[in-house]
Amino acid sequence: MAITRRDFLKLSALSTAVLMTAELGLDSSKAYAQAQKYRIKTAKKTPTLCPFCSAGCGMLAYTDTKTGELLYVVGDPDHPVNRGGACSKGASIYQIRNIAPGNPNPKRLTKPLYRAPGSREFKEVTWDWAIAEIAKRIKETRDKTFIKSEEGIPVMRTDQIACLGGAALDNEETYLLQKLMRGLGVVYIEHQARL
Amino acid sequence: MTNHWIDLKNTDCALIIGANPFENHPVSAKWLMEAKVKRGAKIISVDPRFTRTSSKADLYAPLRAGTDIAFIGGMINYILENELYDHEYVANYTNASFLVHDDYKFEDGLFSGYDPKERKYDFSTWDYKKNEKGEIAKDPTLKNPRTVFQLLKQHYSRYTIDKVCEITGTPKEIYLEVIKTFAQTSQKGKSGTIMYAMGGTQHSCGSQIVRSYAILQLLLGNMGVPGGGVNALRGESNVQGSTDFGLLNNNITGYINTPIAQLEHKDLKAYLESETPKTGFWNNKPKFFVSYLKAMYFDKATKDNEFGYQWFPKRHAKKNYTYIGLFENLAKGELEGMLLFGQNPIVGGPNSNREREALKNLKWMVAVDLWMTETMRFWTEDAGSNPAEVQTEVFVLPAAASFEKQGSIASSGRWIQWRWKAVEPLGQSKADLDIIHLLALELKKLYAQSQKPEDEPIKNLYWNYGNTNECDIDRVAREINGIDLTTGKQVENFLQLADDGSTLCGNWIYSGFYPEAGNLAQRREQDDPSGLGLYPKWTYAWPLNRRILYNRASADPTGKPWHPDKAVIWWDETQKKWVGHDVPDFKAIIGPDDPAFVNPFIMQTDGKGWLFAPQGKLKDGPFPEHYEPWESPVQNLLSSVQNNPIIKVWRPEEQSDVQNYPYVAITYRVSEHWQAGAMTRNLPWQVELVPEMFVEIGEELAQELGVKSGDEVIVENKRGAIKVKAYVTKRMKPLMVNGIKRHQVGLPWHFGFQGLVTGETANKLTPYLGDANTMIPEYKGFLVNVRRAK
Repeated sequence: MAITRRDFLKLSALSTAVLMTAELGLDSSKAYAQAQKYRIKTAKKTPTLCPFCSAGCGMLAYTDTKTGELLYVVGDPDHPVNRGGACSKGASIYQIRNIAPGNPNPKRLTKPLYRAPGSREFKEVTWDWAIAEIAKRIKETRDKTFIKSEEGIPVMRTDQIACLGGAALDNEETYLLQKLMRGLGVVYIEHQARL
Repeated sequence: MTNHWIDLKNTDCALIIGANPFENHPVSAKWLMEAKVKRGAKIISVDPRFTRTSSKADLYAPLRAGTDIAFIGGMINYILENELYDHEYVANYTNASFLVHDDYKFEDGLFSGYDPKERKYDFSTWDYKKNEKGEIAKDPTLKNPRTVFQLLKQHYSRYTIDKVCEITGTPKEIYLEVIKTFAQTSQKGKSGTIMYAMGGTQHSCGSQIVRSYAILQLLLGNMGVPGGGVNALRGESNVQGSTDFGLLNNNITGYINTPIAQLEHKDLKAYLESETPKTGFWNNKPKFFVSYLKAMYFDKATKDNEFGYQWFPKRHAKKNYTYIGLFENLAKGELEGMLLFGQNPIVGGPNSNREREALKNLKWMVAVDLWMTETMRFWTEDAGSNPAEVQTEVFVLPAAASFEKQGSIASSGRWIQWRWKAVEPLGQSKADLDIIHLLALELKKLYAQSQKPEDEPIKNLYWNYGNTNECDIDRVAREINGIDLTTGKQVENFLQLADDGSTLCGNWIYSGFYPEAGNLAQRREQDDPSGLGLYPKWTYAWPLNRRILYNRASADPTGKPWHPDKAVIWWDETQKKWVGHDVPDFKAIIGPDDPAFVNPFIMQTDGKGWLFAPQGKLKDGPFPEHYEPWESPVQNLLSSVQNNPIIKVWRPEEQSDVQNYPYVAITYRVSEHWQAGAMTRNLPWQVELVPEMFVEIGEELAQELGVKSGDEVIVENKRGAIKVKAYVTKRMKPLMVNGIKRHQVGLPWHFGFQGLVTGETANKLTPYLGDANTMIPEYKGFLVNVRRAK
């Protein structure tokens, strides 16, 4: 049985199985059987999708089931569009989390921050504080600037709050964002699609 | 995309214009190469620059940025004059035979109905001619001089090969070869695809540029067939979804207009009356809109209160709420607060210096992202600000990465695909979903005791996703699909939606992705029975899992495929329905006895593809017309109207003149970086590949300027100046435009002052000037000067 590209990539993910194929000839069924013995037993693979362009290429995120840590991210051989391939950006998804095993990318934001008026810096705050304060700001601005009606027509909006973003959000997130904003009467709703 | 990514393998000719897919959508190369190898497909690349895509193309045609309507127009003219179009397709499936209003005319760059004072058109003459019974008058022979067909020919007769090449700067022999090669796709059994991206849309005439593609494809019979279509290559992993879900001031979900504070929308009845066409599939709009209102307010929305219509915000009729309008109004101090979910205006622009100044007027800003962006630090010295003078409160919330949460995204091919969570969010970062959820719960708490009528909308907002910190995403997905409130079950798809309040649905075009059977966006079946690359059971494509839109047009007026090699669906006389490889984009039971049998374009009121776009659907003309970009080095050679006559010019004083700023500039992307840069300039591997900002200039211009690769130069215009390294290449050559040599320069726009590597921001140079219909900024085709830095 000739080896397909998909099978080859799947075998490659089973590391040493690649060596096996050379020994056993390009018969993937035999290689698979051998590879079972060498499979990384504690790696779990989770299907995800590349967050970059709109091709929607499939990716597989491998994690260590013992520690939960991300081991690497590669193209998904089962995905019909990219069949395991990835461009340089897709191939770097791993670094969005770790720049090396056990080494999270220090540029990632990991705590809520606040910058006061006129200040030269951010300070760390808690989520509870941030959410409470943000909600207060939204309410204060909304209440102060809310327009109930114009020329006898109910308009129920505020023209002083804007919401920008975002083309990298999930569908469910975009849905809830427009829902919440419209529930508040925000009409300045825009994002990358108009750019 | 009307088609989708894998479908590219079915094409015989790809016309890639205003896009560089081998750079920015690399997987497209996989499928185009397969088309090349397996079916001898030709690849044509039309671009101001010789790009990575051009390097693999069979034909490369240079063009001056902003002259795409002329380029496509010349192709249309040649095809019409030499009768290379698909006669049967055009006669039967387009509005070619329709007669046009007696008073419609076009003269010297202007259509009938122009008001020079208001700078807008009255559309009443842009319509069909009706007979005494009110029916559209037609001439099936297409010979009547007032048919759409003859008017189209007349309109494009000015786009001669010579004139077009003078405008675009394309060498004549190359231009003719492009036309002749692409025109071959009108033959039965052949199909051609047009692939475009921001190079086609980021212009003051961007909408009409895309219209041109549609006209060309209709003439060649390329709509609705495998390897055909008009295919937008979108820029972000879920910009398709974010657009589908109405994160735009003028749309709610599913491309339905947001209500405006005007009499026509004063109540639900008036709104539905004015927004619902009498014919075509959009006649179902009330079902979708009412179901949306039910999703907004659930059981608080009833027949007695217009389903909560009066709680929904109505925007002011005269205010401009688009992105540029927003920043202009912010610059005037008209906004207090801004939330940003993964957006970075300081780098994304346009006119970044102005945007930075405008942001200082905010009282508060909430920015959600994975990284510290330039916008989050707009108040710093790095940004060019004085922190002591900026009173804006800035809240920064850390967001989880794509693989640290689950949810669905929609690719450019309309495939709604689920992705699962692989690891917990890093540190205290949270999924945007949970952040929005927490804000909603907190706000509802704050408003819970209010008795004020203006607080009804937020109190009554239906938010049923659990009361913990984690939003129940399954409930969100189910709501988006839609629920039959009489049974509590998921609707099968949008055909079950009703306008009587018995159904709710978050987004009608997605309805069908999560029926009772389960979340179809999670499907991973490998079968492709037709071999066309449709993969009907891999995830779910909207609408209704149709993979090729307008696929009715792949069959002739008798219901038989035009050609077996391009078959998608066909009429089955025994079963009395449409069957085939794809879900019919057509009511399956409409048979040969029904006049609608030959109306493949079901979203249009008349069911035909529009060569002539009636009723001001595009506000600057029923036909595309070439006008020069706002900042242009030359006079318009086609008419005495220099620029699009209805564009809004926000800052006329910022118009850069050709005497001081002689070079045409474009912004572009590189494969190794992404958009405003935060997602790639913080990754060591990507930074290693492209570490620096540059301006790309051609060898001839470099010699004129006395500059070599690596030298520092200033790129400047009326809006700003940036100091960057020159990158001298063979890829940008000057063009002969009406006898004069004109240079073009290119700027990647990914850089800013944050990240592992930093660089100057190209968008300091781009204008506050947008498309006549959409307001998308004219990022391509503006003027700059380039000079040595020393």
